[in-house]
Amino acid sequence: MTLLEQILIQTINGIVVGMILALVASGLTLIFGIMDVVNFAHGELFMLGAYVGVITLAGTGSFWLALIVATLMIAALGAAIHVTTLRPLLGRDPLNTILATFGVSLVLQNYALWQFGPVARKIQEPITGQFTLFYLDYPWYRVMIALLSAAIIGGLWLFLKFSTYGVWIRATTQDRLMAQAMGIPVPRVLTIVFAIGSGMAAASGVLFGPLVGVNHAMGLDWVLKAFIVVVVGGMGNLVGSIAAAIFVSLMEAYASLWVSPSQAIIVSFVVLILTLLIRPTGLFVPTPK
Amino acid sequence: MSAADHTEPLVRVEDIHTYYGKSHILHGVSLEVRHGEIVGLLGRNGVGKSTTLKAIMGLVHPTRGAVLLEGQPVGHLPAHRLARLGIGYVPEDRRIFRLLTVSENLRTGLDGRGVSDARKKELLDMVFDYFPVLAERRNQAGGTLSGGEQQMLAIARAMMLEPKIILLDEPTEGLMPRMVSQIRHIIHVLRREGVAVLLVEQNVPLTLETSERVYFMEKGQVRHQAPASELHADHAVVHKYLGV
Repeated sequence: MTLLEQILIQTINGIVVGMILALVASGLTLIFGIMDVVNFAHGELFMLGAYVGVITLAGTGSFWLALIVATLMIAALGAAIHVTTLRPLLGRDPLNTILATFGVSLVLQNYALWQFGPVARKIQEPITGQFTLFYLDYPWYRVMIALLSAAIIGGLWLFLKFSTYGVWIRATTQDRLMAQAMGIPVPRVLTIVFAIGSGMAAASGVLFGPLVGVNHAMGLDWVLKAFIVVVVGGMGNLVGSIAAAIFVSLMEAYASLWVSPSQAIIVSFVVLILTLLIRPTGLFVPTPK
Repeated sequence: MSAADHTEPLVRVEDIHTYYGKSHILHGVSLEVRHGEIVGLLGRNGVGKSTTLKAIMGLVHPTRGAVLLEGQPVGHLPAHRLARLGIGYVPEDRRIFRLLTVSENLRTGLDGRGVSDARKKELLDMVFDYFPVLAERRNQAGGTLSGGEQQMLAIARAMMLEPKIILLDEPTEGLMPRMVSQIRHIIHVLRREGVAVLLVEQNVPLTLETSERVYFMEKGQVRHQAPASELHADHAVVHKYLGV
């Protein structure tokens, strides 16, 4: 196999992983950009989404139903978390919300450990076919999750662009006080944003479940990487986060041509540190004027 | 609404006190605006004119005193409820949603109030008729408009709420002299549409010319009121409170 072929394979791998990461990160960046909340519970919503997926799949046998049920249930859980935990902290120091979401993350993680135990569960992928990529059998499912992630992010974009709530969400992001003065029910808008972000985390959990197995700590790795992506892409910048997710994943994929995949993770940190040193506002945002 | 409602002033502010942190900003402000009336609020910088408008809009909640809208106490309501009850707000720095298009800026005041599509179109046609430049730029981001255009958009946006009153905070600030006559025209438009206006301005001639009554504020209180027709820009009262 030539180096060129290897690079091509790793490009596809990088894009596939990058799209899932983009899905996790876009929920996170949406919540940060609009609400100024750094959501440390995002990884646990991802993990709980995967568990709801496991249970629904076991009960109904339908992966697609599992995806939808997990998204809706975790969106509802997100709305409940927002109303009970974050809404009372509105207007306080950001440290309060960071501690609150960190607390929520510990509760959810330990709930999952208590409820489901330490043994990883499996989500069966809905399609098992493979196609030949040079010498390698490449699973169609990976291509499918990349496309589905893209479709979900595209749906989010359309929602933000055209729907009433989309306009309200963007207005609230830009000027919360003026949004209120225009009659926009800002507390409800914020709850809906948190619910959407949570639902997207859950959807990525179910989609990614077949690749890694579902356990109570599965959120940790992903949310760490998602945070890197959100910072590299420019905090709160949706397009930047997507670009950064693909960029970081491609870098890692190429690096793993020469070093082991677990060592390749270092590349993300290198990108993060360089970003913070050279361009702390993010790589994929226009230079602030 | 019934005619009986009109015996109550549209907005009545009764002895409101507000604090910003520990500093006491308003020390018992009282004023009223009747239906369809244009009222000026004059005073030096920092006497609490903008804070008074914010308190009426529900963006600042008074610790004492009451704000009444058509006789109903509303001082405890959040701003978004007050907007839907008929108070429009055009802040000092205009606060256009800079990344939203002109159309989207207008849409923030139209959606979610149960307004029919036909009525939405009527309202849009009305403001595009009054401000043709907004129609030309409807797909442009709000932040790309000139200062005068942004002021028009801020007022047009408030008009989308079909308000009973618009709180207009220094509309001519930072505008070229040519634009001042535009603002005068806009205030006449609001009067024609039956919208009351509470106008905070530094431009005394404009305020006296457009208003029916004028309040003077000093040190967080309303100290004087007079019909605008009895005043002129170099009247002793104006000198006393504005030092011009």
